[in-house]
Amino acid sequence: MKKYSLLSLASTGFSKRNWPQAWGSRPLQDAYDVVIVGGGGHGLATAYYLRKNHGIRKVAVLEKGWIGGGNTGRNTTVVRSNYLFAESTQFYEHSVKLYEGLARELNYNIMFSQRGMLTLAHSRHDLDAQRRWANAMRLHGVDSDLLDRSQVSQLAPALDCSPQARLPVLGGFIQRRAGTVRHDAVAWGYARAADALGVDIIQNCEVTGFEVGADGVQALKTNRGTIKAGKVGLAVAGHSTMMADMLGFRLPITSYPLQAFVSEPLKPVLDTVVLSPASGLYVSQSDKGELVVGGGLDLYASYAQRGNLATVEQVLRGLVTLFPSFSRLRMMRQWAGIVDVVHDSTPVLGRSPVPNVYLNCGWGTGGFKAIPGGGWCFAHTIAKDEPHPLTAAFGLDRFARGALIDETAASGIAH
Amino acid sequence: MLLLNCPHCGPRNETEFNCGGESHVIRPSLDCSDVGWANYLFFHHNPKGVNLERWRHTFGCGRWFNVARDTISHNITAIYSMSEPRPDTSNGCVGAEVLS
Repeated sequence: MKKYSLLSLASTGFSKRNWPQAWGSRPLQDAYDVVIVGGGGHGLATAYYLRKNHGIRKVAVLEKGWIGGGNTGRNTTVVRSNYLFAESTQFYEHSVKLYEGLARELNYNIMFSQRGMLTLAHSRHDLDAQRRWANAMRLHGVDSDLLDRSQVSQLAPALDCSPQARLPVLGGFIQRRAGTVRHDAVAWGYARAADALGVDIIQNCEVTGFEVGADGVQALKTNRGTIKAGKVGLAVAGHSTMMADMLGFRLPITSYPLQAFVSEPLKPVLDTVVLSPASGLYVSQSDKGELVVGGGLDLYASYAQRGNLATVEQVLRGLVTLFPSFSRLRMMRQWAGIVDVVHDSTPVLGRSPVPNVYLNCGWGTGGFKAIPGGGWCFAHTIAKDEPHPLTAAFGLDRFARGALIDETAASGIAH
Repeated sequence: MLLLNCPHCGPRNETEFNCGGESHVIRPSLDCSDVGWANYLFFHHNPKGVNLERWRHTFGCGRWFNVARDTISHNITAIYSMSEPRPDTSNGCVGAEVLS
């Protein structure tokens, strides 16, 4: 791997020659110690930490399309750790901390912009709930600040903070270390770093079945032939059910589309991420000036990556209600990703019912922020065949034990 | 946008309805194991293809009915009452991708 630096980029840029390939296209081998299915952020990060932290020698990532072409390239790039329960807060905080050092770790600029995430309070109940929420975060060592209306207005002047607003802003709270990350760069950075450590990244390779023996999984059937595998890690988000169907077990997952929208570029108007749980809207401004807008899930289960018009209307209604000056904006693009929604909106990370097959799924609408932490803990789980302490509560067994971690209510956004 | 044909009110816009998830999920007896109860509550089908699901005409007659809907094309191939048995999916008219 050629190290990127100011000097190397300048010299390569001026000479316009010798741009090194960021990651190689090595031939597919017959057998691996660990095969990761899914070349999104979670899969690539897992492969990287399997080599880096645990020294697993032969690791492959199989991706049916191109790396980072699924939900990693479809999200709204927000990174945060403003959860309520201890299990979630500690895990997502670990992920945010890894993000803070990731550009240096991977030698790849992921453009982490810690511009803060502001959650609005529109009612007395919101204010009370946020006081509890923000203090719970502080008790877990995560930064949070409660704000009154004038502080919110100062932070986001475009917000309609007038007393007669349809959704009056009474206050809010902010996690200042939250922010946005360039999503493609996370996939590319992990791919480049994993490749440099010897991980085989195999694109256009679709898994079509598994060979399972008495003591667990033995091989994967793919459109490029059968690949023997000691262990298999599944990190395929909304399509996890397809893998489980092939392996003969069920998952507590329903797949929904989640939409996002991007406006035409504007001059700087919003330098924080704003979330309004009451209107189901969140919005930030990208480095290019576009407003990046997201909302809640679509209304019914679907694998169609296009999204539902009723949801478009609801999200954009929320946008112009909160920011009346945005009503003349034109939206440039709209898209949907298929997310793996679990009843308690907490991920599933751990062993599967099939020996030597491991699950990384159930991230719902919140998988992007979890990429470094998810990869870190999933690699540990696969390498040691036991859960990482940070994700011990995220196992599939929690549903039968009744030990759900219901962040739908706790963290304000249903995911 | 879906145009759902409510058995009681006729074709209406999807915004009048709520989707209630998978249909034909049978509640086990109350002395079942914790795993059996978890399977009943949480571990449902999530097919890529035809799904049999319950819908409610919330902002109309308020009644529940069953729908066979493709989760990729959103084509609706059958609408039937809550008391009707699970339709035969083997002949292809409702779709072959439903798991039994």
